[in-house]
Amino acid sequence: MSVTAEQVTFWVFAIPLVATAIGVIMSRSPVYAAMNLVAAFFFLAGIYVLLVAHLIAFMQILVYAGAVMVLFLFVIMLLSLGDEHLIKEPRRAMQLIGALGVVLLVAVLASAIAQARTSELATLAADFGTVKAVGRVLYTQFLLPFEVTSLLLLVAIVGAVVVAKERI
Amino acid sequence: MPVEYYLWLASILFGIGLLGVLTKRNALILMMSVELMLNAANLTFLAFARRSGDVAGHAIAFFVIAVAAAEAAVGLAVVIAIYRSRGAINVDEVRVLSE
Repeated sequence: MSVTAEQVTFWVFAIPLVATAIGVIMSRSPVYAAMNLVAAFFFLAGIYVLLVAHLIAFMQILVYAGAVMVLFLFVIMLLSLGDEHLIKEPRRAMQLIGALGVVLLVAVLASAIAQARTSELATLAADFGTVKAVGRVLYTQFLLPFEVTSLLLLVAIVGAVVVAKERI
Repeated sequence: MPVEYYLWLASILFGIGLLGVLTKRNALILMMSVELMLNAANLTFLAFARRSGDVAGHAIAFFVIAVAAAEAAVGLAVVIAIYRSRGAINVDEVRVLSE
């Protein structure tokens, strides 16, 4: 069995991705969790490139690793939570029940993956995943959701200011 | 390389995010776990877009990213408001509606 470059790159990105994702939920300090999340977003962008989703990979770094994470870190520093604010985690029994639920969900997903026809790959168009191809779909097939998204972002901006501001 | 690998990765990522939502009590880490779950959904969309050669999956992933950004902005504003009124961001202590 020959190992292709795609497989090597996949594991190079997938293993640190899972490791940093576990780091997000294992760290008690929100700052460490945020740093792990930034790393996870970068590794995920690498996986997106492997899937020939170049525009989405770029947006992943720009929007997630850039904007959203700056927002998270900004809020963490705004709240200036000291060590006394490190939150005591729930009882071991609750964590076990949560882990059991996750295992069951992954088992359900595994049976779904087994039924999906995953090995037949379509031959891709030359401009698959580029700004041009995705933009064309966005502005024709998905024009209404695209406009609604702009409205959603406006509402989110105004809503965030209204909720977070003490006095307007 | 079959997209099965990517789907497995996405389900593992979703499981990790779900575990975080179920077991963490820090509101900020809770929201980061939600972001992980959204990213896992995105990865699934992109994997199936790769399999069928249809760019529509990329458009959906685009919308998921936009919605996640809006969710993060509003959610963090709520966290700030809760911190102002209660001085804590432990989600177990925030149960005004159930009392």
